[in-house]
Amino acid sequence: MGSRASTLLRDEEIEEIKKETGFSHSQITRLYSRFTSLDKGENGTLSREDFQRIPELAINPLGDRIINAFFPEGEDQVNFRGFMRTLAHFRPIEDNEKSKDQNGPEPLNSRSNKLHFAFRLYDLDKDGRISRDELLQVLRMMVGVNISDEQLGSIADRTIQEADQDGDSAISFAEFVKVLEKVDVEQKMSIRFLH
Amino acid sequence: PCACLADALILPFLLVFHLSRKVTSIVPESCLLILLGLGLGGIVLAVAKKAEYQLEPNMFFLFLLPPIVLDSGYFMPSRLFFDNIGAILTYAVVGTLWNSFTTGSALWGLHRAGLMDPGVEAGLMDFLLFGSLISAVDPVAVLAVFEEVHVNETLFIIVFGESLLNDAVTVVLYKVFNSFVELGPAQIHATDYMKGVASFFLVSLGGTAVGLLFAFLLALITRFTKRVRIIEPLFVFLLAYVAYLAAEMVSLSSILAVTFCGICCKKYVEANISQKSRTTVKYTMKTLASSSETIIFMFLGISAVDTSKWAWDTALVLGTLFFILLFRAVGVVLQTCVLNRFRLIPLDRIDQVVMSYGGLRGAVAFALVILLDREKVKAKDYFVATTIVVVFFTVIVQGLTIKPLVTWLKVKRSDHHKPTLNEELHEHAFDHILAAVEDIVGHHGYHYWRDKWEQFDKKYLSQLLMRKSAYRLRDEIWDVYYKLNIRDAISFVDQGGHVLSAAKLALPSMPSRTSMSESSVTNLLRESGSGACLDLQVIDTVRSRRDKEDAAMHHVLRGSLYKPRRHKPRRRYKASYSRHFISPDKQERQDKEIFRQNMKRRLETFKSTKHNVCSSKSKARLKEKGRKKASAPQTPARDAPNGKTHRNVPWQEAAPVLVMVSSEEEESDSSETEREDDEGIVFIARATNEVLQGKTTPGSLDVCPSPCIIPPSPTLAEKELPWKGDQADLAVYISSETTKIVPVDMQKAWNQSISSLESIASPPGIEGGPQHRRFACPVLEEQPQSVSQAMPEQSSCFQFPSHISKSSRSQSDSSPDGAEQQELQPLMATEEQGRILPATESRWLMFNRASHL
Repeated sequence: MGSRASTLLRDEEIEEIKKETGFSHSQITRLYSRFTSLDKGENGTLSREDFQRIPELAINPLGDRIINAFFPEGEDQVNFRGFMRTLAHFRPIEDNEKSKDQNGPEPLNSRSNKLHFAFRLYDLDKDGRISRDELLQVLRMMVGVNISDEQLGSIADRTIQEADQDGDSAISFAEFVKVLEKVDVEQKMSIRFLH
Repeated sequence: PCACLADALILPFLLVFHLSRKVTSIVPESCLLILLGLGLGGIVLAVAKKAEYQLEPNMFFLFLLPPIVLDSGYFMPSRLFFDNIGAILTYAVVGTLWNSFTTGSALWGLHRAGLMDPGVEAGLMDFLLFGSLISAVDPVAVLAVFEEVHVNETLFIIVFGESLLNDAVTVVLYKVFNSFVELGPAQIHATDYMKGVASFFLVSLGGTAVGLLFAFLLALITRFTKRVRIIEPLFVFLLAYVAYLAAEMVSLSSILAVTFCGICCKKYVEANISQKSRTTVKYTMKTLASSSETIIFMFLGISAVDTSKWAWDTALVLGTLFFILLFRAVGVVLQTCVLNRFRLIPLDRIDQVVMSYGGLRGAVAFALVILLDREKVKAKDYFVATTIVVVFFTVIVQGLTIKPLVTWLKVKRSDHHKPTLNEELHEHAFDHILAAVEDIVGHHGYHYWRDKWEQFDKKYLSQLLMRKSAYRLRDEIWDVYYKLNIRDAISFVDQGGHVLSAAKLALPSMPSRTSMSESSVTNLLRESGSGACLDLQVIDTVRSRRDKEDAAMHHVLRGSLYKPRRHKPRRRYKASYSRHFISPDKQERQDKEIFRQNMKRRLETFKSTKHNVCSSKSKARLKEKGRKKASAPQTPARDAPNGKTHRNVPWQEAAPVLVMVSSEEEESDSSETEREDDEGIVFIARATNEVLQGKTTPGSLDVCPSPCIIPPSPTLAEKELPWKGDQADLAVYISSETTKIVPVDMQKAWNQSISSLESIASPPGIEGGPQHRRFACPVLEEQPQSVSQAMPEQSSCFQFPSHISKSSRSQSDSSPDGAEQQELQPLMATEEQGRILPATESRWLMFNRASHL
């Protein structure tokens, strides 16, 4: 994690980010300008308040969870490197990347990493399993108020039962991956970043 | 008529096609149909010496095309469609323009080069006109072939979406060039070109607007069809067709209109209409579409035989075939090149090959070429022949080879599987995540707008266009959960109800499923019981199967349980559409009301015996007050259920009994609901001395009630109103069952009805402790006992005691057999009570009269 909070983006930093995240140079500078415009404190890092100022996030049911996903454990500031690292999860997988998957570290935008990002949104206590309570919390956020608690409970039960393979009444990451194996995660967890 | 004939011919063949899977797995149905049509046309030609049948452009555009387009629009996976709308629009507009102009010009070049027969008299405009009609990818052909190929959804939606949306371009180009040809090259000015361009926007956007307008109307209408469920599907078809005709009438793109009408209305219509209507719409639409498709391909085959319209030119035919394939491929590659810059998931080479090769031409081109005016377009016959060859080539050759090609190229196939709850849930989460990330990045892309649209839809559109009940229950995750549960329940039931052990149901990958599936089924049943959003039919199936092992007695009970609910609305339905039409949603309330009314009526019956009942407790008092009591509380009680109209009538004035009956009769005519309310009164009114005496005799003879208990000499009222007797039966019948349906739920209603009755029935003066106790009697279901206890007193108190005691004894006779039996045999109980009612109530009148006189 880049410890220095510099307000200016240096070339070597761009190179490092490029290497780590796979974003292009222009994408990095574009995102950097977005970063600085979000950074109201002008200290080179973003706080939760900076994110919460984005009006659309306030009405996103999972908004707060997603904001939290930007922050490393126990910290409440995120610098540009961290910001980019999180965003890199949503970079679409390009054709030329498919081939070089074997060697080197797994890119951040791999299918598994995309899924892991989603998984962590559910897994609040970070024990590697989505418990019924955790699932219920997310469900409550996503469905309308018209669905009763009882109904939600049965949905949660059913969801877990559907995914659960080892009978622990919780969804582990492996089970999570398995249950979504038919979903085109590469497409459904990617957005187009402007070049 | 020819369509009917063709249908009759086609059906057996279709059956053969479907039966012989081996054939259809290799050869697309459309090919077989065309070949069959060719064969049939050949036979007809050989027999009649001339071609009888033709694919008439009018018939095609007015009747055959709309069902197919509506079907494809309505069942279009809208998410997928809008996810790829950019690509679809590009291919549809740019691609079609490109194809028309290049094909037309290239053919013209060929003509100029002198390669064609000199008989082909055509200029640049003619070739452009021909290019415009031959270059459009045909939705019917694409659908017919691609549905059997099962390429991945993205590829399918792009090709198919293009074929639907290019209609606007085709129509405009066709019309513009047609008018140019008619004008002649010399007359065309620059403004005409401008008009052509303008008319493209007008036709496409106008067609879309018409479609959206009718989609809105349709959604709005189905919101209010709760009471006329039976015509819901009709509205769907009618409005979509009206959209088509309206667009056609003002020469906008009718295909676009129906497509967008179907796409946009679906969400709201599906939410509004009942499950049965949904099924009807689905199957009717599919049936209509596939019959149209069948007829179209058949007639293509038959029409091709008609050689009188043919004029063969090898260079033209081969040139056309070559150019449409070439320019299609070039166009696709060029456009994809540009599109991939903007696409999240680029279209790779294999996709492009399939897209180029999948550009099938079909009946639209044929109908358009038939529509050409031979006077104006001199080379029409050549064009017709070429079009037929092109259509046949694309449908048969390309249709036959595309499947092996797809397999050979290893194109990503679609795997159709039912959505699981997890997928639905997590994909929802993905959508939210992506929208949030786009917000953070500050780049308002697709997800941003989709999010905006969904919020707008939720806030305004859905509220406006969806039923309150549907809107409230609407949640996609819940929908999936609900469907899964239904599916589970059905499979559960199919495997033999509760006999099924968990093991049978358990999916291999889900060890813990067994207990849960059991609970999910019970959940389902419980939820269905609440009547939230469930289809009665499903519940019926579930229940009836589950109850299979139950005793026959149980079946009797169940059958009779359901009858009143179904029976009643249907009766109303027949009687009148608009008047007092009780909606299913109010079913519960209605049940309560019926229950309360019935309880009132019952209490009246009991009240008439209450003096006996309670006299066992206070014999002396009753003897003293007997007459007074009998008269005083009765009048209000009688008036009460009668409604407000009669409330003010003092009982003294009620003496002219028949007058009252007739007035009630008029009222009851106006509404059947009221009629049922009024029954209590009617019986009171029709009593006469003779009847009562006549009744007592058979009543005392018969312990068990039987038809012979019906009074031999009908009352005046009965003579006038022959149905009254039946009504009595029905009323009590319902009441006894209602109690059995909802004993627990109705406990409250019981109490309410009792308290309300108390307030009505007991005039201030007479209200007292003993009376309260009397009212409690029926609640405790002590009726049989107490009646039999009270028998001796009864005879001493009243003028016609023997009848009452007998008939009530008949009840008490049946009850010793076991309270259970009485519970389980509503029919029997009904009959008994039905017989009793007239008798007891008629007695009241006696009181009235007596006191009055």
